[in-house]
Amino acid sequence: MRADSMSGTRLLYNLRFRAILYQVLAVGSIVLLGLYLFSNVSQKLAEQNIATGFEYLSREAGFVISQTMLDYKPTDTYGRAILAGIVNTIWVSAWSVVLATLLGLVVGIARLSRNPLLALLAFVYVEALRNVPLLLYLFLWYALIVTGLPAVREAWEVLPHVFVSNSGLTVPSLVWTRAHTIIFAALVLGGVLAVAVHRRMTAERIRTGRARATWPWVASALLIPPVLALLILQPEFTVSIPEKGRFRLTGGSQLTPEFTALLVGLALSASAGIAEIVRSGILSVRKGQWEASRALGLRDGLTMRLVVLPQALRVIIPPLTSSYLSLFKNSSLAIAIGYPDLVMVSNTTMNQTGQAIEGIAIFMLVYLGLSIAISLFMNWYNSRVALKER
Amino acid sequence: MTTATDIAEAQLKMPVQRDPSVERRLFHRTLKPLIGTPVNAVITLVCLWVMWLGVKGAWGWLVTRAVTEGGAQACKVGQGACWPYYEAKIRFMIFGVYPYDEHWRVALAMILFLGAIAISMIPRFWTGKLLVLWAFVIAATGVLISGGVFGLSYVPTTQWSGLPLSFLLSAVGLALGFPLGVVLALARSSKLPAIRVIAIVFIEVVRGVPLISILFMASVMLPLFMPSGITVDKLLRAQIAIIIFAAAYIAEAVRGGLQAIPRGQHEAASAMGLHYWQSMRFVVLPQALKIAIPPLVNISIGFFQDTTLVTIIGLLDFLSTVRTAMTDPNWVGIAVLEGYVFAAVVFLVFSYGMGAYSRFLERRMRLGYD
Repeated sequence: MRADSMSGTRLLYNLRFRAILYQVLAVGSIVLLGLYLFSNVSQKLAEQNIATGFEYLSREAGFVISQTMLDYKPTDTYGRAILAGIVNTIWVSAWSVVLATLLGLVVGIARLSRNPLLALLAFVYVEALRNVPLLLYLFLWYALIVTGLPAVREAWEVLPHVFVSNSGLTVPSLVWTRAHTIIFAALVLGGVLAVAVHRRMTAERIRTGRARATWPWVASALLIPPVLALLILQPEFTVSIPEKGRFRLTGGSQLTPEFTALLVGLALSASAGIAEIVRSGILSVRKGQWEASRALGLRDGLTMRLVVLPQALRVIIPPLTSSYLSLFKNSSLAIAIGYPDLVMVSNTTMNQTGQAIEGIAIFMLVYLGLSIAISLFMNWYNSRVALKER
Repeated sequence: MTTATDIAEAQLKMPVQRDPSVERRLFHRTLKPLIGTPVNAVITLVCLWVMWLGVKGAWGWLVTRAVTEGGAQACKVGQGACWPYYEAKIRFMIFGVYPYDEHWRVALAMILFLGAIAISMIPRFWTGKLLVLWAFVIAATGVLISGGVFGLSYVPTTQWSGLPLSFLLSAVGLALGFPLGVVLALARSSKLPAIRVIAIVFIEVVRGVPLISILFMASVMLPLFMPSGITVDKLLRAQIAIIIFAAAYIAEAVRGGLQAIPRGQHEAASAMGLHYWQSMRFVVLPQALKIAIPPLVNISIGFFQDTTLVTIIGLLDFLSTVRTAMTDPNWVGIAVLEGYVFAAVVFLVFSYGMGAYSRFLERRMRLGYD
């Protein structure tokens, strides 16, 4: 009796037993909670006669999506509608990332300018954008575009054949065919080839110590595939030029107010954060590095490219990753101004089918998956630029 | 032989001369950065031009072209800021649909709340007494806003709105998200694999999806998860979503602090005979949390701005009441810019203040005053 109770107590004070006990308790309570919630859900769904499962994805959607990059018409399925939403989300995020990075780089360097006026302007820009919620800016840009700009009939022609009106921006566009896609693919291939050639030649130069002009080889690697494709396919380059009719603009392609407001809002807000990241990255490189590099006889451009930037990138990349990720997640605010992104399309789908759980599960999984993909890519890039310690 | 004294005396006898380079130094300091090179001069001119445009635009809109008298019609014709709009709508924009005669209650609650925050921001008051103050402030604001006791009329949560609601959502979200975040951070750095995995999955999933999806989940899915017959208040649902979201981000900030504590501290605590919770409570967390304060303040600024997202699920927060004020039939389409500018200024003041405070804390910490 006594020995048993002793061993019981001893068991409780055994560290390994305790570790297992805690973990079993934690996992067990989560499983129990999950089961409880699941039983509630199935009961509720049965009461309210809501179907479950993902069959609805292959049913006809029947709603209009105002603008899609992917071909979509209301007779397509819900699945295709959601796919169109995903493509829209990626489209607007990708352009915003590009714009935000360029703007952020410029403003970040301006923040460090020796010219006090320029530094002050950059400071005001950053603080005004960082301290006001993105959603407010989105509403504001959208309202300014819709109410502040003239109607289509009085559209401003800001550049020849570029019109600005309250239904967005209209620009000349190329009539895109399959041949253009192939040429574009060839250009991408050329880019890959050019990088490979450049690497080979750099390695060769380091090995032999003889400098040769690399640019003719790199340029021809880049240009030959697309030029060949162009010569073989010989596509027509028809440019659709917007013309002002009596009531509307014909031709060209149009950026809707929703897209423009979202693009501008996302890019500006993110650029303020990126500017701060760039600034702290450049500040993190010590002055001695500049001086040492000049002492070695490197010009300013080479100093920046070979000495300062590689060191600054180490500091810049990790926070830049999170700022890209948050831009991507913030694109979900599109629903507030009516740009048909993933969340908005899912929301319409949920309202029509009543299948809220599946709808939310889909868009959360997509966001999660894309977030993880972006951070994996950025981690890979980071490991390339990170400090190589022995 | 000259000695040091001789030289000193000789120097004293010399006539006082003005350093000829003073004027040039003045030039170097003030003018050279502005017009030192041709490029710089052009940049300066462009900057001055941009500033002139900005100031002229703002002054024209706010003062010279502003409409100060009359009603909606005058504003419709006018080209500048519509001051009558502010006069008519300011209380709605701030307090929303909270009963008009009871506005003093929320106003008083806000003053108490902001006062308590101001006191908490001063490092000298960081003692246990602060918790007593906060307990009092929370109780008082709760009684003031909700009512139902002491002869105050009861105000249902559906009428809580405007700026007080934004403060409430972010403050409660951070206050309750903080302990949850600390627990998550400890779990993530735990040695027990199952607990670590649970924490990692929770944190990464919440941080990997947008806040709006968690708000949707709380507003659409949470009712399905509750047993039949139990309904959860709409405001409470949004609040739960914000707490969960805040906890995941706070956990990462705290984890950063935990990682900065050298292993020797853990080992020393164990050597003193402290068990896990004691060593965390008395040795590790006090140091880790201090390191985590600046990122935590930045998270707070972000959350104050992110609460505007509840607009999308239909709660009447500050941004939402500002937008609702614009849709008043008397004013519709007239004072759009006025509303957004007002909201932006309010956010700018609070966020910039918090940001300046965060920079102050970082400076203080670098100097190592405590």
